[in-house]
This record gives sequence, C-alpha cells and structure tokens, in this order.
Amino acid sequence: MSQKERIIGGVANYVDERTGAAKWLNKNLKKVFPDHWSFMLGEVALYSFIILLLSGTFLTFWFDPSQRDVVYNGSYMPLQHVQMSAAYASTLHISFDVRGGLLMRQIHHWAALLFMASIIAHLLRVFFTGAFRKPREANWLIGVGLVTLGIVEGFLGYSLPDDLLSGTGIRIAEAILQAIPVVGSYIAFFAFGGAFPGHVFIPRIYTVHVLLLPGAFLALITIHLMLVWYQKHTQYPGPGRTEKNVVGYPLMPVYMAKAGGFFGIVFGVTAFLGAVASINPIWLYGPYTPGQISAGSQPDFYMGWLDGLVRMSPPLETHAFGHTISWNILIPGLIVPGILFTGMALYPFIESYISGDKREHHLLDRPRNVPNRTALGAMSLTFMMVSLINGGNDLIATHFHMSINQIMWMSRIGIFILPPLAFVITKRICLSLQRADRDLVLHGRETGRLVMLPHGEFVEVHEPISPEKAWTLTSHIQPVAISHVTEDANGVAKPKALINKLRSRMSSANAEQAPAATISEAKELEGGHH
Amino acid sequence: MTPFARASKYRRHKFAGPVLVVAALITMGSAFSIASALPSATKMSAAATTTQIAEGKKIFASGCSSCHGLNAEGSSIAPALIGVGAASVDFQVGTGRMPMADMSQQAERKPPKYNAAETAALAAYVASLAPGPSAVDGANLNYERDGNTAQGGELFRTNCAMCHNFAAQGGALSQGKYAPTLMGVEPKYIYEAMITGPQSMPIFSDKTITPAEKLSIIKWIKAAQNEPALGGATTGRVGPVTEGLLAWLLGLGSLIGIAVWLATKAR
Repeated sequence: MSQKERIIGGVANYVDERTGAAKWLNKNLKKVFPDHWSFMLGEVALYSFIILLLSGTFLTFWFDPSQRDVVYNGSYMPLQHVQMSAAYASTLHISFDVRGGLLMRQIHHWAALLFMASIIAHLLRVFFTGAFRKPREANWLIGVGLVTLGIVEGFLGYSLPDDLLSGTGIRIAEAILQAIPVVGSYIAFFAFGGAFPGHVFIPRIYTVHVLLLPGAFLALITIHLMLVWYQKHTQYPGPGRTEKNVVGYPLMPVYMAKAGGFFGIVFGVTAFLGAVASINPIWLYGPYTPGQISAGSQPDFYMGWLDGLVRMSPPLETHAFGHTISWNILIPGLIVPGILFTGMALYPFIESYISGDKREHHLLDRPRNVPNRTALGAMSLTFMMVSLINGGNDLIATHFHMSINQIMWMSRIGIFILPPLAFVITKRICLSLQRADRDLVLHGRETGRLVMLPHGEFVEVHEPISPEKAWTLTSHIQPVAISHVTEDANGVAKPKALINKLRSRMSSANAEQAPAATISEAKELEGGHH
Repeated sequence: MTPFARASKYRRHKFAGPVLVVAALITMGSAFSIASALPSATKMSAAATTTQIAEGKKIFASGCSSCHGLNAEGSSIAPALIGVGAASVDFQVGTGRMPMADMSQQAERKPPKYNAAETAALAAYVASLAPGPSAVDGANLNYERDGNTAQGGELFRTNCAMCHNFAAQGGALSQGKYAPTLMGVEPKYIYEAMITGPQSMPIFSDKTITPAEKLSIIKWIKAAQNEPALGGATTGRVGPVTEGLLAWLLGLGSLIGIAVWLATKAR
C-alpha cells in the first residue's frame, strides 16, 4: 500500500466509522442506469438549471429591482439622459459597464430558453414512450409542475429588465388577470399595488424570480430525481431487458464521467450561444412607458402559443350585471391553457382508466405500439404548433409576404381542423408501422435481390432478421379492450351505464392494433417457408 | 467737437459734391442690381420649371396616367395626385415605389425607374397642379449636427415603433400591408415620408413633430442602423421568435446530436 492509498484509506475509514457511508455509497455508486440519448434530455434541463442559478446569481450583484425613476448616464450613447426605471438602467449597466455582464446576461437568457426547450423535449420523450405509467404518475405530476413553473419563471425573468418588450408582456399579463370574471380587477390591483404599471410589480416579481421559484425548482427537481433513483430508470425493450431488471452501466464510473462531461458540453453550448448570438437586446427596445409599443412584440417561445391563442381569438365580450366578461382574453388566456395543463397532468390516470391497465411498467413503449396515445400526443403538439405559429403571425406575414389576416384565419380554422387530422393520420401511420413490424418478423428483411426460379417466376429474397431484433419487435403486450358489461352475473343492470359504455368505447379505440406476430405464426411460416 | 460738427467742417470741401454723387450712384446701382438680381433668378428658375413641368407632364402621361388619370385626377385604382406636392412624388418615385410593379397590396421599395432629373420633372409637374409639400434636399438635412439621438429614440418609440418595430426593421399591418424596414433608407426619404404619409403611414406635420425632432428621429434610425452587433449575431432584431428558433435548432439540436454521440460511444 502506497503512502497515498494509506492516507485516503485512513480518511475514508474515519468518515465511514462516523457516518456508515461506505455501505450506502457502495450500493448507490453501483446503481445501474440504462443508456439512451433520449434519457439525456432531462439532464440538459438539469444542467441548464445549474447554469441559470450560477449566471443568475452573477446578475443579481448589479441588478436593481426598482421602478424608481432615474436618468441614464452610462456608456450607451443612444439612451443618454433618457428617463427610465432603475431596473432598466441597471440592466443597461450590466450590459455595457460590467465586465462580462452582457455575456452573462446572454448566457442566462439562452440557458433559460434551453431549459424550457429541453424540458419540453424531455416531456415529449416521457409521454410518447409511456414512461409516466405506474408507478411513475407522481413524477409525471412533478414534471408537469416543473414545466408550468418554468413558463412562469421565464416570463418573470424577461419581465424584470423593464424594457419596452417586457413591459408589453406585463401589460398582457395584467389583461389576462383582469379577464378573470368578477375578481379579476381586484387581483390585478393587488398584484400591481394599484393601477398599471405602478411601482411595486418589478420588486415583487424579482423576489418571486430569484427566491420563491428557484426554491420550488430545487425542491421539485430533488424529488423528481429521488423518485427516478428510487423507482429506477425505465428502459427501452430489448433482449434481456425485463420489467424486473435494469440493463445498463453503473453510476460510478460510467455515468459520473458521462454526466460530468455532458454538463461541460451543455455549459459550453450555452456559453457559445451567449458569446456569438445576441438575445433580448434591451438597449434597442428602450425603457418601458405604457404609451409605447413595438411592432412584432412577441413573448419567448414557451409563452408564444399563449400569445398565438390570444391573437386568434375573435373580439367576444359580454356585459352583464355591470360586469364585463372579456371572453376574447378569458378563453385563450386562461380557460384553454387550464384545460390543456389539467389534461396533461391527469393523462396517466385517464389512460389507465381507459385501458384498465393497473400493472407496473418499467419497459418503455415504442410509440407505434400505442397508436392512440401517440396520436393524442401528435394532436396536442399540432394544437400547440398552430398556436405557436399564429403567435409569430406578424413576422411570418412580413417575411413570407403574406397577409396577417390570412394567417389568422388559417390558424382559427386550423386550430379546430388540424389536431383531429393529426390524430387520424398519426394513428394510421402507427398501425401501418405495426404491420410493417409484423411483416419484418414473419417474412424478414427485403434484401433487394431478385432471383429467378426455375419455372421463370421472379421472387425477392427475404433475409430473416436477428432473433434479438425479432424479440424487440414482438415482446410488447398489446392492450385488450375492456368489454362493455351492462348486467352483472345475476342479470341486474349495472349502474352508470352511460359512463361504462363511454369507457368501453374509448377502451376499444385505445386497443386498436395490428396483430403482432406471435412465435407460433413465425414457426408455422418457417416450416413452409419459400 | 461732435462728429456732425466734424463732418460739417468738410461740407463745403471742393470734393464734397463729386464724392456725394459717386456715393449716391454706388448706393443706387447696388440696390438696383440686388433688386434686379432677385427677380431675374426667379425668372430663370421659373423658365427651368416651365420646361421641367412640360417634361414632367410628358413622363406623367406615359408612365403614370394609366392609373392616376391624364390630369392626375385619380381613378378607381389610384388616388388623385393634385395637391400631394413634390415631396410625395420625390419619395414615391425616388424610392422606386412608383410606378408599381404590380397591383399588390402595397407599393414596395425597389430600384427607381426614373433618374433624378426625371423624378424632379415629375415632381415639378405634380407640384404645379396645386400647392403641396416641396421635395426635401438631402444636402440640407444636417441631422448629424442638428439631431439628438436619445430624443430621436424616444420619439421613434412613441410614434414609429408600433409599426416599424423597435429597431426600425419593419412590421406587419393588416391585409398584407406592411411598414417597411428603414434600414438603408436615405435620410431625405425618411423625412419626406414623415411629411407626406405615404400609403398606410400617417402624416407627421411640423406641429406634431417639429423639423428638429424629425432630424433627431433620422439620427436615431441611422445610429440604430450603424450600431455594431453589440451582443453578437443579431438574428434580425425582430425579437424572441428568431431567438426561440435558434435555441431549438442550434442549442437543443446540437445537444441532442452530442447526446446521440455520447450514447453511441458507450456501447
């Protein structure tokens, strides 16, 4: 034993005798995780969160979250002697007079976009592979909470500099608050401490942005990861992979090295973007005053769909009992997002109710093998994309020489037509892919080699696929529809007939599958194979 | 001894008479020459204008009258040009908007069809129909000296940004119309646009925005145009849409690419 080993061993022994860490570490450092690129999307979110914490802390050193009036006297000449809020002035100061300040601001903003983008990509991966199923419903709920808080946190973040664009965003947020029937104006007065814009909103959202929400993120992310740890990571189906094992590599050293390296890469990409690409050039927007607005004022992308929904809503308003209800804001700004996010949160429970599947799942689904879910996902995505595109309708109009009215009408119609269409098309594609899988298993791979048989017939030679691949393609369990039982064993009609009928119909739609190839079918064909 | 007394001392000098005559002649002569020079200059330019107007009328008849009418009285597809003034013609023709390439929602900026002399002739002809704002001489717009960038920025954000975007990159209006980008537009055309209100643009009279303030706006637009890309590539200065695209395509795109590579490496 060398000198070094003796010292390290001594220290380790000292710690272990007092904490009992060795056993725990030994167990957990060997923990096995499956390997797939799509499992790293959540990692990107985690690492960008760390980058956000670090760069955000840097920014707080100089940011002054105050709406007190100041006269700018910094080094950006085009705003010299302009009256503005201290928040805006200090953001200009960070951008132009703090060493590395602009880089840090841009890293912070790019990391925020990357944070939201990777959360959404991670969410889509979890949804389309069915990773939210039992026992992971709680973690899905936490994830939905994280994406919702992420949207709020991002919005608050780009509202802080008090430039013309962020003020416009706050104005719209105020309008959405006011659209809540009856209590809306009171809530808005409470949030702004009086009439818009007031002097308290930015100090308040600053506290929420740097203290409350990051704290909530830390707590939720910790639980999110602890649950992944405790429930173990899901894995894609394949030979040797079952519901009872995890096939992969140990945390130490493989994932320690990979995760550390990947963190460096995420940091690198964010820093690269911050260094070469401008984001939110607040000095060009100018300070916020309610009398000004810029053409093409858009929110960041994760709010863009909300903006698109508001932009496409017709001017509906009713006046009743001395109250105005602005349906044009209420429906796209609160009701539709409410339905979307509630539906997303409840989806694991809805699917389990429809399919009657109460088993634990640790093997992921291939999206094609669950056509209904995949089609629902495509439908929701289409809805979001139509909204998002309409959120940028003015830029699309100018850059592609179109009429903004046409785009708005296309979105208004498309928001109703395209999602169902996407559902049907996706479901058909999934079923076709299932049939293709079945063909592949039963008849093998098309080699493209044509052979002339002695009697003159041409046939294409098919090559059997590997047993591993055949296993992967056939091992999934196909859902079975719940039968609609109207009477119990004694011939007494069951209660809730309508709900049960609806459930069984949804269940049979959910169970629509191309029959998977079975072993007996394969053997039968092998026996008499051409 | 008072000056008058001193002068009176020479009153009876032998040269007093001739000196007075010469002085009177010089005074009369120069007064006459100044007085005669002014109208003669006017007459000369009037003569030039007459030919210019005739020239302009000819160009108008061949290039503009099919839509605007033989006497600029307008038609169902184009407005009357009586009273729009030389500034309007100078702007519309000088920036290539007129004659229009096609009957689209809005005349777009393109290389001008007529040269400076022809444009001036057209402007003179239209101005001769009825008084209107006269064309602006770019050389007289000393916005660099007389303008104030910060004030111009404030005015721009209050009056212009709602259509032309915060960085003068242009924006969409209803039914396919748009506020064009102001990047690379000659100062005199920006000025003329403000005083004539072309197409969907309102007129900003000298009461709304004083000439000095107009120069400040121009100075700010030029400062925005010439501002180096302070934070790196600008992605068009159109706000978060292009930033979001970049975050997804370059940011997450490259990270997914690396993730795929890392997952492959481990096998």
